[in-house]
Amino acid sequence: MVDKLTDFISRFYVAIIAVFLYAPIAVLIVLSFNKSRSRVVWEGFTLDWYISLIHNRQIQSALMTTLALAFLSAFISLIIGTAAALGISSMKRRSHRTMMVLTNIPMLNADIVTGIALMLWMIQFMPLGFNSVLLSHITFNIPYVILAVLPKVKMMNLSIYNAGRDLGAGPLRAFFMLILPQLKDGMLSGFFMAFTMSMDDFVITYFTKGAGVNTLSTMIYGEIRKGIKPEMYALSTIIFTVVFGVLLVANGNTIGTKERKRGYE
Amino acid sequence: MNKKFCVAVISMVLTGLLLGGCAESPASVSSAPDTLTVFNYGEYMDPDVIEMFTKETGIKIKYEEAVTPEEMYTKYKAGAIQYDLLCTSDYMLKRLIEEGELQEVDFSSFEYKDNIGDKYWEFSKAFDPDNKYTLPYFWGTIGILYDTTKVKEPVHSWDVLFNGEYAGDIIMQNSVRDAFMITEKYLGYSLNTTDKEEIQNTYDTLLKQKPDVEAYLVDEARDEVVAGNAAMAVVYSGEAYLGHEFNENLAYVIPDEGSNVWLDSWGITKNCANKEAASKFLDFLCRDDVALKNFEYIYYLTPNETVKGQLDEELQNDKTLFPDDKETENCEVCTLTDPETNTLLNDLWKELKAN
Repeated sequence: MVDKLTDFISRFYVAIIAVFLYAPIAVLIVLSFNKSRSRVVWEGFTLDWYISLIHNRQIQSALMTTLALAFLSAFISLIIGTAAALGISSMKRRSHRTMMVLTNIPMLNADIVTGIALMLWMIQFMPLGFNSVLLSHITFNIPYVILAVLPKVKMMNLSIYNAGRDLGAGPLRAFFMLILPQLKDGMLSGFFMAFTMSMDDFVITYFTKGAGVNTLSTMIYGEIRKGIKPEMYALSTIIFTVVFGVLLVANGNTIGTKERKRGYE
Repeated sequence: MNKKFCVAVISMVLTGLLLGGCAESPASVSSAPDTLTVFNYGEYMDPDVIEMFTKETGIKIKYEEAVTPEEMYTKYKAGAIQYDLLCTSDYMLKRLIEEGELQEVDFSSFEYKDNIGDKYWEFSKAFDPDNKYTLPYFWGTIGILYDTTKVKEPVHSWDVLFNGEYAGDIIMQNSVRDAFMITEKYLGYSLNTTDKEEIQNTYDTLLKQKPDVEAYLVDEARDEVVAGNAAMAVVYSGEAYLGHEFNENLAYVIPDEGSNVWLDSWGITKNCANKEAASKFLDFLCRDDVALKNFEYIYYLTPNETVKGQLDEELQNDKTLFPDDKETENCEVCTLTDPETNTLLNDLWKELKAN
């Protein structure tokens, strides 16, 4: 009896959390199919917003900018961050600690401070535009990559590399064939973390972007005054569905492997 | 110090210098001669219009958006981006003109300037006394949007918000300026008053009204009336028109005591190097077809008198979109830039909301 009650309470608790997390998204998805532009009137089902989304060049260019920024900044900071992680791990203890503090500060620093500082710095050298946003995103992404890669560097087995060199591999070949594969997991998670951070960012982008450059977040912000258009709901629905799908596939795989493992036991 | 650490620091500094060295051009140079940097409110121009302009003249537009006049002012003043043209609200234009940030517009070169009605040049004089600096773009009023199924007799006065008859069914604007302005008009003061006693009286009236107010909202004000959650709301005319689209039982009125008339206008900044292109763009905005396109994109009140004739009859007769001159007779443009009064208003507003 008591067991049943605690069971019920725990299920109820999880259900409530799920509702709080997903109900807003459900509302968004429902509104993306609403014929009316209003948030409070349901005038019937329509796919019009999805169709006008395809024809809306502003949203498309904002989406392309967002993706280009996320991809480029994640990729470049992956290279710089991995190199930095290798460098930091071979430092002596004191400088190691100093470097870690230096790389952690930008992560903990308030976005608005980073944003304004970057803006003031950039306008000394270049007109604000896509490039300035890209440089800023790389800047705030590097620490995340370092954070993800560094533990892997520490766990790395250097003897493999040395053995490779002994057997005649050049330093470059040994690096790409023997070191990088060992860091692969850390690099991958660093890349995705950087990608997400860049896609999510509003504040830093807002301060460092030039006229005419819009990411999705700054574009939505511009729409606030006249009410967000339902095309945005449609786009958000698509993004959510894609992410959800990717997660399902990814998790489906791991669940599969676990079951397979169990099967072997 | 550790040698490796020194190397790291030096290489960091070098990278910084390198990035500085290969930068394209310093920021202080204004945009290229065939490009205009335009600063406007969000969703405040049909994107097709910008493309049309570039196609017709070869002048490229870099388009930047902001949400509030204060945000525009801050971004403009920061100087990170060199804007050539900007469109903002009455009181902010007054401030920019007073600070010498705008240059005179050469209206004699305009082909379509006369499309803008005389009435709007008159409105403009509140902040641009000689009509030298600004070109009216869109305008509107603040009034009461009400549900005719809940409010039986037609509304004529701000009094319905204050007499307690619809207690708990009223939505007020969640903005210090709007709340004070309409109350000042209700009490028969100027909405640009700097008189401390008048402002105190206004505050007392608002405080007395507070228990009757269902909520102080901005964007959602219209939706609450559309959805039937409130009998009436203080809204902008543009919002009122859209509300009418969703719910036929809504009416919008500018009370007889008068209200605020707001005007968003264009100005050319003092940094603008290519004045000719900027003038061309402003003239282009006044052209019949362009004004119509923008009107149909925004559905705010337009000062361009050619637009009405191009619409179908139902829209032409819409009193919200095309109010009679009589309705705006007692309305005033907000030109309050006095910092002392603004601080007082803000303090009182905080007090009101906290009470």
